[in-house]
Amino acid sequence: MELDDHLFRREAGRMVAVLTRVFGLHNLALAEDVVQDAFCRALEVWPFSGVPENPSAWLMATARHRVIDVLRRERTARTFAPEVGRLLESEWTLVPMVDEILAGAAIKDDLLRMMFSCCDPRLREDVQVALVLHILCGFGCDEIAAAFFTTEAATYKRMSRAKKVLAGSKQLFDLSNADCAARLSTVQRVLYLLFNEGYHGASAQSAVRADLCREAIRLVLLLLEHPLTAIPSSYALAALMHLHAARLPSRLDAAGNLTPLVAQDRTRWDGALVARGLQLLNQAASGSELTDYHVEAAIAAVHATAVHAEDTDWSRIVELYDLLMTLRPSPVVALNRAIAVAERDGAERGLEEIRAIANAECLIDYPFYHAALGELEHRCNRHAVARQHFHAALARARNAMEQRFLQQRLDACA
Amino acid sequence: MGMKTTQQEAYMSEFVYLYRSGPRPSRSPEQAQQEMQRWMAWLKDLTEKGHIKDPGHPLERAGKLVTGKARTVTDGPFAEAKDVVGGYTLVQAADIGQATALAAGCPIFEIADGAVEVRPVMRIG
Repeated sequence: MELDDHLFRREAGRMVAVLTRVFGLHNLALAEDVVQDAFCRALEVWPFSGVPENPSAWLMATARHRVIDVLRRERTARTFAPEVGRLLESEWTLVPMVDEILAGAAIKDDLLRMMFSCCDPRLREDVQVALVLHILCGFGCDEIAAAFFTTEAATYKRMSRAKKVLAGSKQLFDLSNADCAARLSTVQRVLYLLFNEGYHGASAQSAVRADLCREAIRLVLLLLEHPLTAIPSSYALAALMHLHAARLPSRLDAAGNLTPLVAQDRTRWDGALVARGLQLLNQAASGSELTDYHVEAAIAAVHATAVHAEDTDWSRIVELYDLLMTLRPSPVVALNRAIAVAERDGAERGLEEIRAIANAECLIDYPFYHAALGELEHRCNRHAVARQHFHAALARARNAMEQRFLQQRLDACA
Repeated sequence: MGMKTTQQEAYMSEFVYLYRSGPRPSRSPEQAQQEMQRWMAWLKDLTEKGHIKDPGHPLERAGKLVTGKARTVTDGPFAEAKDVVGGYTLVQAADIGQATALAAGCPIFEIADGAVEVRPVMRIG
Protein backbone atom coordinates (compact mmCIF):
# COMPACT_ATOMS: atom_id res chain seq x y z
CA MET A 1 0.00 0.00 0.00
CA GLU A 2 1.23 3.48 -0.91
CA LEU A 3 1.26 6.41 1.49
CA ASP A 4 -0.74 9.52 0.63
CA ASP A 5 1.51 12.49 -0.04
CA HIS A 6 1.94 14.64 3.06
CA LEU A 7 0.04 12.12 5.23
CA PHE A 8 2.41 12.68 8.16
CA ARG A 9 1.97 16.45 7.98
CA ARG A 10 -1.79 16.13 8.09
CA GLU A 11 -1.69 13.58 10.86
CA ALA A 12 0.79 15.64 12.89
CA GLY A 13 -1.66 18.54 13.17
CA ARG A 14 -4.60 16.30 14.00
CA MET A 15 -2.69 14.30 16.57
CA VAL A 16 -1.06 17.24 18.35
CA ALA A 17 -4.47 18.94 18.58
CA VAL A 18 -6.24 15.95 20.07
CA LEU A 19 -3.40 15.07 22.44
CA THR A 20 -3.34 18.65 23.65
CA ARG A 21 -6.94 18.22 24.69
CA VAL A 22 -5.75 15.44 27.01
CA PHE A 23 -2.49 17.00 28.18
CA GLY A 24 -3.58 20.64 28.21
CA LEU A 25 -2.18 23.47 26.11
CA HIS A 26 0.54 24.10 28.70
CA ASN A 27 1.91 20.63 27.88
CA LEU A 28 2.03 21.24 24.13
CA ALA A 29 5.68 20.13 24.00
CA LEU A 30 4.71 16.81 25.54
CA ALA A 31 2.02 16.29 22.90
CA GLU A 32 4.56 17.10 20.20
CA ASP A 33 7.03 14.59 21.68
CA VAL A 34 4.45 11.82 21.72
CA VAL A 35 3.52 12.53 18.12
CA GLN A 36 7.18 12.60 17.11
CA ASP A 37 7.62 9.22 18.83
CA ALA A 38 4.72 7.76 16.89
CA PHE A 39 6.26 8.88 13.58
CA CYS A 40 9.63 7.49 14.65
CA ARG A 41 7.96 4.19 15.43
CA ALA A 42 6.27 4.12 12.05
CA LEU A 43 9.59 4.89 10.41
CA GLU A 44 11.16 1.91 12.18
CA VAL A 45 8.35 -0.57 11.66
CA TRP A 46 6.66 0.17 8.34
CA PRO A 47 9.64 -0.54 6.07
CA PHE A 48 9.59 -4.09 7.47
CA SER A 49 5.85 -4.63 7.96
CA GLY A 50 4.57 -2.60 5.04
CA VAL A 51 2.23 0.37 5.41
CA PRO A 52 -0.74 -0.65 7.57
CA GLU A 53 -4.23 -0.76 6.12
CA ASN A 54 -5.22 2.39 7.98
CA PRO A 55 -2.06 4.42 8.61
CA SER A 56 -3.86 7.19 10.52
CA ALA A 57 -5.42 4.71 12.92
CA TRP A 58 -2.06 2.96 13.39
CA LEU A 59 -0.37 6.25 14.27
CA MET A 60 -3.14 7.23 16.66
CA ALA A 61 -3.11 3.80 18.33
CA THR A 62 0.66 4.06 18.79
CA ALA A 63 0.27 7.53 20.29
CA ARG A 64 -2.54 6.26 22.52
CA HIS A 65 -0.20 3.77 24.22
CA ARG A 66 2.34 6.48 24.89
CA VAL A 67 -0.35 8.85 26.13
CA ILE A 68 -1.58 6.34 28.67
CA ASP A 69 2.01 5.63 29.79
CA VAL A 70 2.73 9.32 30.21
CA LEU A 71 -0.50 9.97 32.10
CA ARG A 72 0.17 7.10 34.52
CA ARG A 73 3.77 8.08 35.06
CA GLU A 74 3.28 11.80 35.44
CA ARG A 75 -0.16 12.30 36.86
CA THR A 76 1.22 13.21 40.25
CA ALA A 77 4.03 15.40 38.93
CA ARG A 78 2.11 17.40 36.34
CA THR A 79 -1.31 18.85 35.90
CA PHE A 80 -3.02 18.00 32.66
CA ALA A 81 -6.02 19.54 30.90
CA PRO A 82 -8.54 20.91 33.39
CA GLU A 83 -11.46 19.41 31.46
CA VAL A 84 -10.13 15.90 32.10
CA GLY A 85 -8.19 16.38 35.32
CA ARG A 86 -10.34 14.43 37.75
CA LEU A 87 -10.82 11.50 35.38
CA LEU A 88 -7.08 10.94 35.26
CA GLU A 89 -6.84 10.21 38.94
CA SER A 90 -8.39 6.79 38.80
CA GLU A 91 -7.45 3.80 36.67
CA TRP A 92 -11.18 3.17 36.20
CA THR A 93 -11.68 6.36 34.29
CA LEU A 94 -8.24 7.06 32.77
CA VAL A 95 -8.31 4.68 29.79
CA PRO A 96 -11.99 5.17 28.86
CA MET A 97 -11.45 8.93 29.05
CA VAL A 98 -8.42 8.79 26.73
CA ASP A 99 -10.33 6.56 24.33
CA GLU A 100 -13.29 8.88 24.28
CA ILE A 101 -11.12 11.88 23.44
CA LEU A 102 -9.16 10.02 20.78
CA ALA A 103 -12.30 8.66 19.13
CA GLY A 104 -12.69 10.31 15.73
CA ALA A 105 -15.78 12.49 15.97
CA ALA A 106 -14.31 15.27 18.06
CA ILE A 107 -10.95 15.50 16.34
CA LYS A 108 -11.99 18.01 13.70
CA ASP A 109 -13.18 20.31 16.46
CA ASP A 110 -9.87 19.89 18.25
CA LEU A 111 -8.01 20.91 15.12
CA LEU A 112 -10.24 23.96 14.83
CA ARG A 113 -9.76 24.83 18.48
CA MET A 114 -6.00 24.48 18.10
CA MET A 115 -6.14 26.81 15.12
CA PHE A 116 -7.94 29.39 17.25
CA SER A 117 -5.41 28.91 20.07
CA CYS A 118 -2.49 29.53 17.69
CA CYS A 119 -4.04 32.82 16.56
CA ASP A 120 -3.59 34.26 20.02
CA PRO A 121 -3.82 38.07 19.90
CA ARG A 122 -0.77 38.34 22.16
CA LEU A 123 1.33 37.00 19.27
CA ARG A 124 2.45 38.98 16.24
CA GLU A 125 0.65 38.19 13.00
CA ASP A 126 3.69 36.62 11.34
CA VAL A 127 4.27 34.49 14.42
CA GLN A 128 0.65 33.30 14.33
CA VAL A 129 1.12 32.27 10.70
CA ALA A 130 4.33 30.38 11.47
CA LEU A 131 2.76 28.72 14.49
CA VAL A 132 -0.21 27.49 12.47
CA LEU A 133 2.21 25.99 9.96
CA HIS A 134 4.28 24.44 12.70
CA ILE A 135 1.55 22.95 14.88
CA LEU A 136 -1.39 22.35 12.54
CA CYS A 137 0.50 21.54 9.39
CA GLY A 138 3.49 19.78 10.95
CA PHE A 139 6.10 22.01 9.29
CA GLY A 140 9.53 21.75 10.91
CA CYS A 141 11.39 24.93 11.87
CA ASP A 142 13.74 24.42 8.93
CA GLU A 143 10.79 24.16 6.54
CA ILE A 144 9.21 27.31 7.94
CA ALA A 145 12.54 29.11 7.70
CA ALA A 146 12.80 28.14 4.02
CA ALA A 147 9.30 29.45 3.31
CA PHE A 148 9.79 32.76 5.09
CA PHE A 149 13.43 33.54 4.28
CA THR A 150 14.74 33.33 7.79
CA THR A 151 17.05 30.99 9.68
CA GLU A 152 16.11 27.76 11.38
CA ALA A 153 17.57 28.97 14.69
CA ALA A 154 15.52 32.17 14.60
CA THR A 155 12.36 30.25 13.77
CA TYR A 156 13.03 27.77 16.55
CA LYS A 157 13.42 30.58 19.04
CA ARG A 158 10.25 32.31 17.88
CA MET A 159 8.25 29.09 18.03
CA SER A 160 9.49 28.32 21.55
CA ARG A 161 8.54 31.79 22.73
CA ALA A 162 5.15 31.54 21.07
CA LYS A 163 4.44 28.19 22.71
CA LYS A 164 5.24 29.72 26.08
CA VAL A 165 2.60 32.35 25.41
CA LEU A 166 0.06 29.64 24.52
CA ALA A 167 0.96 27.75 27.69
CA GLY A 168 -0.56 30.63 29.65
CA SER A 169 -3.96 29.10 28.98
CA LYS A 170 -4.36 25.51 30.01
CA GLN A 171 -6.95 24.46 27.52
CA LEU A 172 -7.62 24.82 23.83
CA PHE A 173 -9.68 27.82 22.76
CA ASP A 174 -13.34 27.28 23.50
CA LEU A 175 -15.45 27.99 20.41
CA SER A 176 -18.47 28.85 22.54
CA ASN A 177 -16.40 31.64 24.09
CA ALA A 178 -17.69 35.19 23.69
CA ASP A 179 -14.47 36.13 21.84
CA CYS A 180 -15.09 33.55 19.16
CA ALA A 181 -16.19 36.04 16.47
CA ALA A 182 -13.22 38.33 17.05
CA ARG A 183 -10.80 35.43 17.13
CA LEU A 184 -12.35 34.00 13.96
CA SER A 185 -11.44 37.13 12.06
CA THR A 186 -7.82 36.75 13.24
CA VAL A 187 -7.88 33.11 12.12
CA GLN A 188 -9.19 34.14 8.70
CA ARG A 189 -6.50 36.79 8.40
CA VAL A 190 -3.80 34.24 9.29
CA LEU A 191 -5.06 31.77 6.69
CA TYR A 192 -5.25 34.60 4.15
CA LEU A 193 -1.63 35.54 4.87
CA LEU A 194 -0.57 31.90 4.72
CA PHE A 195 -2.18 31.50 1.32
CA ASN A 196 -0.70 34.75 0.03
CA GLU A 197 2.75 33.76 1.21
CA GLY A 198 2.37 30.70 -0.97
CA TYR A 199 0.84 32.55 -3.90
CA HIS A 200 2.87 35.75 -4.04
CA GLY A 201 5.63 35.04 -1.54
CA ALA A 202 9.30 35.45 -2.12
CA SER A 203 10.38 31.86 -1.64
CA ALA A 204 11.72 30.75 -5.00
CA GLN A 205 10.88 27.10 -4.60
CA SER A 206 7.54 26.54 -6.24
CA ALA A 207 7.07 23.29 -4.31
CA VAL A 208 7.27 25.17 -1.01
CA ARG A 209 4.82 27.75 -2.27
CA ALA A 210 2.29 25.20 -3.48
CA ASP A 211 2.54 23.51 -0.07
CA LEU A 212 1.54 26.72 1.69
CA CYS A 213 -1.44 27.28 -0.62
CA ARG A 214 -2.61 23.72 -0.17
CA GLU A 215 -2.36 23.90 3.62
CA ALA A 216 -4.25 27.21 3.72
CA ILE A 217 -7.06 25.67 1.66
CA ARG A 218 -7.18 22.58 3.87
CA LEU A 219 -7.54 24.76 6.97
CA VAL A 220 -10.09 27.15 5.49
CA LEU A 221 -12.26 24.17 4.53
CA LEU A 222 -12.16 23.16 8.17
CA LEU A 223 -13.78 26.50 9.02
CA LEU A 224 -16.64 25.62 6.68
CA GLU A 225 -17.34 22.38 8.51
CA HIS A 226 -18.27 23.93 11.85
CA PRO A 227 -21.55 25.84 12.28
CA LEU A 228 -19.87 28.55 14.36
CA THR A 229 -17.18 29.28 11.82
CA ALA A 230 -19.01 28.60 8.53
CA ILE A 231 -20.03 32.22 8.12
CA PRO A 232 -20.16 34.22 4.84
CA SER A 233 -16.67 35.70 5.29
CA SER A 234 -15.20 32.20 5.69
CA TYR A 235 -16.91 31.15 2.45
CA ALA A 236 -15.57 34.28 0.75
CA LEU A 237 -12.04 33.51 1.94
CA ALA A 238 -12.35 29.93 0.71
CA ALA A 239 -13.69 31.20 -2.65
CA LEU A 240 -10.76 33.57 -2.98
CA MET A 241 -8.24 30.80 -2.32
CA HIS A 242 -9.85 28.40 -4.79
CA LEU A 243 -10.07 31.00 -7.55
CA HIS A 244 -6.44 31.99 -7.11
CA ALA A 245 -5.23 28.40 -6.73
CA ALA A 246 -6.93 27.61 -10.04
CA ARG A 247 -4.37 29.86 -11.73
CA LEU A 248 -1.33 28.31 -10.02
CA PRO A 249 -0.59 25.83 -12.86
CA SER A 250 -0.17 28.65 -15.37
CA ARG A 251 1.71 31.15 -13.24
CA LEU A 252 4.93 29.53 -14.36
CA ASP A 253 5.58 28.59 -17.97
CA ALA A 254 7.31 25.38 -19.06
CA ALA A 255 10.73 26.91 -18.35
CA GLY A 256 9.71 27.93 -14.80
CA ASN A 257 9.35 31.60 -15.68
CA LEU A 258 6.80 33.84 -14.04
CA THR A 259 3.89 34.64 -16.36
CA PRO A 260 1.70 37.69 -15.70
CA LEU A 261 -2.05 37.16 -15.48
CA VAL A 262 -2.87 38.63 -18.89
CA ALA A 263 -0.29 36.46 -20.64
CA GLN A 264 -1.25 33.18 -18.95
CA ASP A 265 -2.47 30.19 -20.92
CA ARG A 266 -6.02 30.13 -19.58
CA THR A 267 -6.64 26.62 -20.81
CA ARG A 268 -4.24 25.49 -18.07
CA TRP A 269 -6.34 27.01 -15.31
CA ASP A 270 -7.90 24.35 -13.12
CA GLY A 271 -11.57 24.33 -14.14
CA ALA A 272 -12.68 22.30 -11.14
CA LEU A 273 -11.13 24.81 -8.75
CA VAL A 274 -12.73 27.72 -10.64
CA ALA A 275 -16.14 26.03 -10.43
CA ARG A 276 -15.70 25.29 -6.74
CA GLY A 277 -14.52 28.85 -6.14
CA LEU A 278 -17.56 30.36 -7.89
CA GLN A 279 -19.85 28.07 -5.93
CA LEU A 280 -18.21 29.12 -2.65
CA LEU A 281 -18.53 32.77 -3.65
CA ASN A 282 -22.23 32.17 -4.17
CA GLN A 283 -22.51 30.67 -0.70
CA ALA A 284 -20.61 33.68 0.68
CA ALA A 285 -23.35 35.97 -0.61
CA SER A 286 -25.87 34.96 2.02
CA GLY A 287 -26.32 37.58 4.71
CA SER A 288 -25.50 41.25 4.54
CA GLU A 289 -21.86 41.19 5.58
CA LEU A 290 -19.43 42.39 2.91
CA THR A 291 -15.76 41.79 3.68
CA ASP A 292 -12.54 42.44 1.84
CA TYR A 293 -12.43 38.69 1.16
CA HIS A 294 -15.74 38.98 -0.72
CA VAL A 295 -14.34 41.76 -2.85
CA GLU A 296 -11.02 40.06 -3.56
CA ALA A 297 -12.85 36.85 -4.44
CA ALA A 298 -15.15 38.82 -6.75
CA ILE A 299 -12.11 40.32 -8.52
CA ALA A 300 -10.61 36.84 -8.90
CA ALA A 301 -13.98 35.63 -10.26
CA VAL A 302 -13.99 38.33 -12.95
CA HIS A 303 -10.58 37.13 -14.12
CA ALA A 304 -11.52 33.48 -13.80
CA THR A 305 -14.60 33.85 -15.98
CA ALA A 306 -12.89 35.80 -18.78
CA VAL A 307 -12.10 33.21 -21.44
CA HIS A 308 -9.42 35.41 -23.01
CA ALA A 309 -7.46 38.20 -21.33
CA GLU A 310 -9.09 40.70 -23.76
CA ASP A 311 -12.54 39.71 -22.46
CA THR A 312 -11.71 40.93 -18.96
CA ASP A 313 -14.31 43.36 -17.60
CA TRP A 314 -11.85 45.99 -16.38
CA SER A 315 -14.61 48.47 -15.46
CA ARG A 316 -16.03 45.94 -13.04
CA ILE A 317 -12.54 45.30 -11.66
CA VAL A 318 -11.90 49.02 -11.10
CA GLU A 319 -15.24 49.28 -9.26
CA LEU A 320 -14.32 46.34 -7.08
CA TYR A 321 -10.92 47.88 -6.27
CA ASP A 322 -12.72 51.14 -5.37
CA LEU A 323 -14.79 49.11 -2.94
CA LEU A 324 -11.73 47.31 -1.60
CA MET A 325 -10.08 50.70 -0.98
CA THR A 326 -12.98 51.60 1.31
CA LEU A 327 -12.82 48.26 3.16
CA ARG A 328 -9.07 47.73 3.41
CA PRO A 329 -7.12 50.62 1.95
CA SER A 330 -3.44 49.96 1.38
CA PRO A 331 -0.77 51.12 -1.08
CA VAL A 332 -0.69 47.64 -2.68
CA VAL A 333 -4.46 47.68 -3.25
CA ALA A 334 -4.12 51.20 -4.68
CA LEU A 335 -1.38 49.99 -7.01
CA ASN A 336 -3.53 47.12 -8.27
CA ARG A 337 -6.40 49.53 -8.75
CA ALA A 338 -4.16 51.85 -10.79
CA ILE A 339 -3.14 48.93 -13.01
CA ALA A 340 -6.82 48.10 -13.59
CA VAL A 341 -7.49 51.78 -14.42
CA ALA A 342 -4.65 51.64 -16.98
CA GLU A 343 -6.31 48.63 -18.60
CA ARG A 344 -9.66 50.44 -18.72
CA ASP A 345 -8.62 54.00 -19.58
CA GLY A 346 -5.09 53.73 -20.95
CA ALA A 347 -1.54 53.85 -19.62
CA GLU A 348 -1.39 57.63 -19.02
CA ARG A 349 -4.41 57.46 -16.71
CA GLY A 350 -2.85 54.50 -14.93
CA LEU A 351 0.36 56.44 -14.33
CA GLU A 352 -1.64 59.36 -12.88
CA GLU A 353 -3.31 56.95 -10.50
CA ILE A 354 0.03 55.46 -9.43
CA ARG A 355 1.45 58.95 -8.81
CA ALA A 356 -1.59 59.72 -6.67
CA ILE A 357 -1.09 56.74 -4.32
CA ALA A 358 -0.93 57.88 -0.70
CA ASN A 359 2.01 56.46 1.25
CA ALA A 360 3.64 55.31 -1.98
CA GLU A 361 6.94 55.22 -0.08
CA CYS A 362 5.72 51.94 1.45
CA LEU A 363 5.96 50.46 -2.04
CA ILE A 364 9.57 51.52 -2.65
CA ASP A 365 10.95 48.05 -1.87
CA TYR A 366 8.22 46.21 -3.76
CA PRO A 367 9.67 45.20 -7.14
CA PHE A 368 6.28 45.15 -8.86
CA TYR A 369 5.65 48.81 -8.02
CA HIS A 370 8.64 49.74 -10.19
CA ALA A 371 7.69 47.10 -12.74
CA ALA A 372 4.17 48.59 -13.05
CA LEU A 373 5.64 52.06 -13.65
CA GLY A 374 8.03 50.57 -16.21
CA GLU A 375 5.24 48.70 -17.97
CA LEU A 376 3.03 51.77 -18.31
CA GLU A 377 5.87 54.10 -19.35
CA HIS A 378 6.80 51.48 -21.94
CA ARG A 379 3.24 51.53 -23.28
CA CYS A 380 3.48 55.32 -23.53
CA ASN A 381 6.62 54.82 -25.67
CA ARG A 382 8.92 56.42 -23.10
CA HIS A 383 11.37 53.55 -23.23
CA ALA A 384 14.32 55.18 -21.47
CA VAL A 385 12.17 56.03 -18.45
CA ALA A 386 10.65 52.56 -18.56
CA ARG A 387 14.13 51.03 -18.49
CA GLN A 388 15.04 53.05 -15.40
CA HIS A 389 11.98 51.69 -13.63
CA PHE A 390 12.76 48.12 -14.64
CA HIS A 391 16.32 48.57 -13.40
CA ALA A 392 14.91 49.71 -10.06
CA ALA A 393 12.59 46.69 -10.04
CA LEU A 394 15.44 44.30 -10.85
CA ALA A 395 17.51 45.65 -8.00
CA ARG A 396 14.70 44.67 -5.65
CA ALA A 397 13.88 41.24 -7.10
CA ARG A 398 13.52 38.74 -4.27
CA ASN A 399 14.44 35.57 -6.10
CA ALA A 400 15.82 34.24 -9.36
CA MET A 401 12.35 33.79 -10.82
CA GLU A 402 11.45 37.46 -10.33
CA GLN A 403 14.88 38.41 -11.63
CA ARG A 404 14.40 36.50 -14.88
CA PHE A 405 10.93 37.95 -15.32
CA LEU A 406 12.02 41.54 -14.76
CA GLN A 407 15.12 41.13 -16.92
CA GLN A 408 12.89 39.92 -19.73
CA ARG A 409 10.64 42.97 -19.36
CA LEU A 410 13.70 45.23 -19.30
CA ASP A 411 15.01 43.63 -22.49
CA ALA A 412 11.61 44.20 -24.11
CA CYS A 413 12.04 47.99 -23.68
CA ALA A 414 15.27 48.11 -25.67
CA MET B 1 6.65 -14.40 -11.88
CA GLY B 2 8.59 -17.02 -13.88
CA MET B 3 11.35 -14.45 -14.19
CA LYS B 4 11.54 -14.13 -10.43
CA THR B 5 12.03 -17.84 -9.88
CA THR B 6 14.90 -18.04 -12.31
CA GLN B 7 16.47 -15.00 -10.71
CA GLN B 8 16.05 -16.47 -7.24
CA GLU B 9 17.74 -19.65 -8.38
CA ALA B 10 20.63 -17.55 -9.63
CA TYR B 11 21.05 -15.88 -6.23
CA MET B 12 22.63 -18.84 -4.48
CA SER B 13 24.08 -17.16 -1.45
CA GLU B 14 22.33 -15.66 1.53
CA PHE B 15 23.35 -12.60 3.48
CA VAL B 16 22.09 -10.77 6.52
CA TYR B 17 21.93 -7.01 6.44
CA LEU B 18 22.34 -5.54 9.91
CA TYR B 19 21.22 -1.93 9.97
CA ARG B 20 23.36 0.08 12.37
CA SER B 21 23.06 3.72 13.29
CA GLY B 22 23.16 6.37 15.96
CA PRO B 23 19.90 7.73 17.37
CA ARG B 24 17.51 9.08 14.77
CA PRO B 25 17.68 12.86 14.54
CA SER B 26 14.45 14.70 15.26
CA ARG B 27 12.81 15.52 11.99
CA SER B 28 9.67 17.15 10.69
CA PRO B 29 6.74 14.90 9.74
CA GLU B 30 7.38 15.58 6.06
CA GLN B 31 11.04 14.57 6.39
CA ALA B 32 10.06 11.44 8.32
CA GLN B 33 7.59 10.50 5.60
CA GLN B 34 10.18 11.07 2.90
CA GLU B 35 12.70 8.91 4.72
CA MET B 36 10.09 6.20 5.10
CA GLN B 37 9.27 6.38 1.41
CA ARG B 38 12.95 6.00 0.53
CA TRP B 39 13.15 2.87 2.69
CA MET B 40 10.03 1.38 1.18
CA ALA B 41 11.18 2.17 -2.36
CA TRP B 42 14.55 0.54 -1.72
CA LEU B 43 13.04 -2.61 -0.19
CA LYS B 44 10.39 -2.79 -2.90
CA ASP B 45 13.06 -2.67 -5.56
CA LEU B 46 15.01 -5.47 -3.88
CA THR B 47 11.82 -7.51 -3.49
CA GLU B 48 10.90 -7.11 -7.13
CA LYS B 49 14.35 -8.29 -8.16
CA GLY B 50 13.97 -11.35 -5.99
CA HIS B 51 16.66 -10.46 -3.45
CA ILE B 52 14.53 -10.49 -0.30
CA LYS B 53 14.46 -13.85 1.41
CA ASP B 54 12.89 -12.42 4.56
CA PRO B 55 12.22 -8.71 5.13
CA GLY B 56 13.24 -9.24 8.75
CA HIS B 57 12.31 -7.11 11.72
CA PRO B 58 13.11 -3.84 13.37
CA LEU B 59 14.68 -4.11 16.83
CA GLU B 60 14.09 -1.93 19.86
CA ARG B 61 17.11 0.30 20.31
CA ALA B 62 17.61 -0.55 23.98
CA GLY B 63 17.60 -3.89 25.72
CA LYS B 64 19.56 -5.97 28.20
CA LEU B 65 23.00 -7.44 28.09
CA VAL B 66 23.82 -10.71 29.86
CA THR B 67 27.57 -11.12 30.36
CA GLY B 68 30.21 -13.20 32.04
CA LYS B 69 30.19 -16.35 34.00
CA ALA B 70 28.07 -14.62 36.59
CA ARG B 71 25.45 -13.90 33.91
CA THR B 72 25.43 -10.28 34.99
CA VAL B 73 22.45 -8.45 33.55
CA THR B 74 23.03 -4.83 32.58
CA ASP B 75 21.18 -2.31 30.47
CA GLY B 76 22.45 -2.06 26.95
CA PRO B 77 23.04 -1.30 24.30
CA PHE B 78 22.10 2.26 25.06
CA ALA B 79 19.65 3.95 22.78
CA GLU B 80 22.07 6.86 22.33
CA ALA B 81 24.96 4.65 21.17
CA LYS B 82 26.37 5.21 17.70
CA ASP B 83 26.22 1.71 16.25
CA VAL B 84 23.08 0.08 17.59
CA VAL B 85 21.58 -2.62 15.38
CA GLY B 86 18.13 -1.29 14.52
CA GLY B 87 16.94 -4.21 12.42
CA TYR B 88 17.90 -6.93 9.99
CA THR B 89 16.92 -8.34 6.62
CA LEU B 90 17.78 -11.67 5.04
CA VAL B 91 18.73 -11.23 1.39
CA GLN B 92 19.95 -13.48 -1.36
CA ALA B 93 22.51 -12.47 -3.94
CA ALA B 94 24.99 -14.00 -6.33
CA ASP B 95 27.95 -13.14 -4.14
CA ILE B 96 29.14 -10.72 -1.49
CA GLY B 97 30.04 -8.20 -4.17
CA GLN B 98 26.45 -8.02 -5.35
CA ALA B 99 25.08 -8.02 -1.79
CA THR B 100 27.33 -5.10 -0.91
CA ALA B 101 26.43 -3.18 -4.04
CA LEU B 102 22.72 -3.59 -3.28
CA ALA B 103 23.23 -2.37 0.30
CA ALA B 104 24.67 0.88 -1.03
CA GLY B 105 21.14 1.97 -2.00
CA CYS B 106 19.90 1.82 1.60
CA PRO B 107 18.60 5.16 2.96
CA ILE B 108 20.30 4.54 6.31
CA PHE B 109 23.41 6.41 5.14
CA GLU B 110 21.47 9.66 5.36
CA ILE B 111 21.41 9.49 9.16
CA ALA B 112 24.36 9.91 11.50
CA ASP B 113 26.61 6.87 11.79
CA GLY B 114 24.33 4.90 9.48
CA ALA B 115 25.85 1.64 8.25
CA VAL B 116 24.75 -1.64 6.76
CA GLU B 117 26.77 -4.62 7.92
CA VAL B 118 26.65 -7.28 5.23
CA ARG B 119 27.31 -10.77 6.64
CA PRO B 120 27.25 -13.96 4.60
CA VAL B 121 25.12 -16.67 6.17
CA MET B 122 27.30 -19.75 6.64
CA ARG B 123 26.19 -22.76 4.74
CA ILE B 124 25.67 -25.75 6.94
CA GLY B 125 26.13 -29.24 5.55
